[in-house]
Amino acid sequence: MQTFDVAENGLRELNQTLQAQSVDTNQTNWEVKNPKGSHAIAVGLDAPIEVTVKGSTGYYCAGMNQQATVRVEGSVGPGVAENMMSGTVVVEGDASQYAGATGHGGLLVIKGNASSRCGISMKGIDIVVQGNIGHMCAFMAQAGNLVVCGDAGDALGDSLYEARLFVRGSVKSLGADCVEKEMRPEHIEILKDLLDRAEIDAKPEDFKRYGSARNLYNFDVDNSAAY
Amino acid sequence: MCGIVGLFLKDRTLEPQLGAMLTDMLITMTDRGPDSAGIAIYGSEANGKSKLTVQSDDPDADFASLADELSEQIGSAVSLQRNDTHAVLELEAAQVEAARATVRDLRPGLRVMSDGEVIEIYKEVGLPEDVAARFDLSKMSGTHGIGHTRMATESAVTTEGAHPFSTGADQCLVHNGSLSNHNSLRRKLKREGVRVESMNDTEVGAAYLTWKMQQGATLGEALENSIEDLDGFFNFVVGTKDGFGVVRDPIACKPAVMAETDQYVAFGSEYRALVNLPGIEDAKVWEPEPATVYFWSH
Repeated sequence: MQTFDVAENGLRELNQTLQAQSVDTNQTNWEVKNPKGSHAIAVGLDAPIEVTVKGSTGYYCAGMNQQATVRVEGSVGPGVAENMMSGTVVVEGDASQYAGATGHGGLLVIKGNASSRCGISMKGIDIVVQGNIGHMCAFMAQAGNLVVCGDAGDALGDSLYEARLFVRGSVKSLGADCVEKEMRPEHIEILKDLLDRAEIDAKPEDFKRYGSARNLYNFDVDNSAAY
Repeated sequence: MCGIVGLFLKDRTLEPQLGAMLTDMLITMTDRGPDSAGIAIYGSEANGKSKLTVQSDDPDADFASLADELSEQIGSAVSLQRNDTHAVLELEAAQVEAARATVRDLRPGLRVMSDGEVIEIYKEVGLPEDVAARFDLSKMSGTHGIGHTRMATESAVTTEGAHPFSTGADQCLVHNGSLSNHNSLRRKLKREGVRVESMNDTEVGAAYLTWKMQQGATLGEALENSIEDLDGFFNFVVGTKDGFGVVRDPIACKPAVMAETDQYVAFGSEYRALVNLPGIEDAKVWEPEPATVYFWSH
């Protein structure tokens, strides 16, 4: 186990050290002390290492992650795991706005609540939130899965493309072109796998599935007055 | 961008450290707002008297005989405590309006920052660290306080464009965001006879709250109304004589974090601003909900 103290050695040194780890590094376990809400903790990692952050972070924690597993023992600020490509990010506390935004792959698990715009423009990432999510989540979400064990706020899945949304609790309102869809056996399988990987004890059958009605995909002449 | 910090103390033993804690929080928010900084501090009451905090670009000349001249004009005792470019005039509570008018006549260049029994507002252009040092903010004590670091978007970098803004006796407002209907609202408020002095959007927000409260709304109601009538992005933190409130617009894209313990309630634009507060590790920390008014009072 390698330990890095941000208060002592600084943020830039932390990220340079973690980014310098090669795919076959022997230093696979890292502990980051004193994050104190700093921005951009453990960003741009590209090796199968495990990083545990001992406290809460600010903006963009674990952004652009590839291969690495980043676990935050606290809450995270806006943009956690933004544009993640692969790997796993686990937040023990809450996440602020636009968690997992634009993510292409990997798994983001939030054990607390996520606020507004979670999964905005997601492009293949899987996001599992154990608590509630705020408004405008999965806006223009293109691919991947967003799983919410609690409730969802206003305008869920507005202008949605092909991402799948699973919500166990209530949905305050659905956004434009987002509709409830039938939960078929293959969706139960996807959801079961995600809940298992997120280590969350919940029954897939208790969730509802939401997706795109695909009415916004093509121009409709009846809507011309709206432009 | 802009940074906001706020601290409302429940534990009276922390009061002597209020200035020091707020100064640390304010300086942490420098990279959100390096243009100017300000702080509203709710200190001790002055035995039935009121405080008028004024600011001058030429304090040596303006403050030298101000107390005597003002006292002569309004016919009652006035004391003056200078703090760099600011001065706190202490006078009879009933004389505040007369004193405001007289100060405008005597020293047209002087700016009134605040009035009230306990509030003092200090703000200037410059790095938050430098602004805090010139007013010795870290030595101040009080029950609660609000600070702001400004990155200007809607109007020039000037002292009057800095926050906090006074919204009435013992009240103040700080803002992170930008209002998009401030020009039309300013015209409307002027027609209603509400004083709006600068081209700044936040001053319009402050004047709006003042106007609503003049019409009989409570601060909480005025804040509820602001969600309907103000267009744009805003996180508002407001201070009153014995309270402290927070409201975010319904879109809520401006960041906000709150923390509460048995000793205090704290607000920060970012968690970074709160990390040195006592007991923060065990505090209840959360993001305030959009379009929801939060309020604490003693």
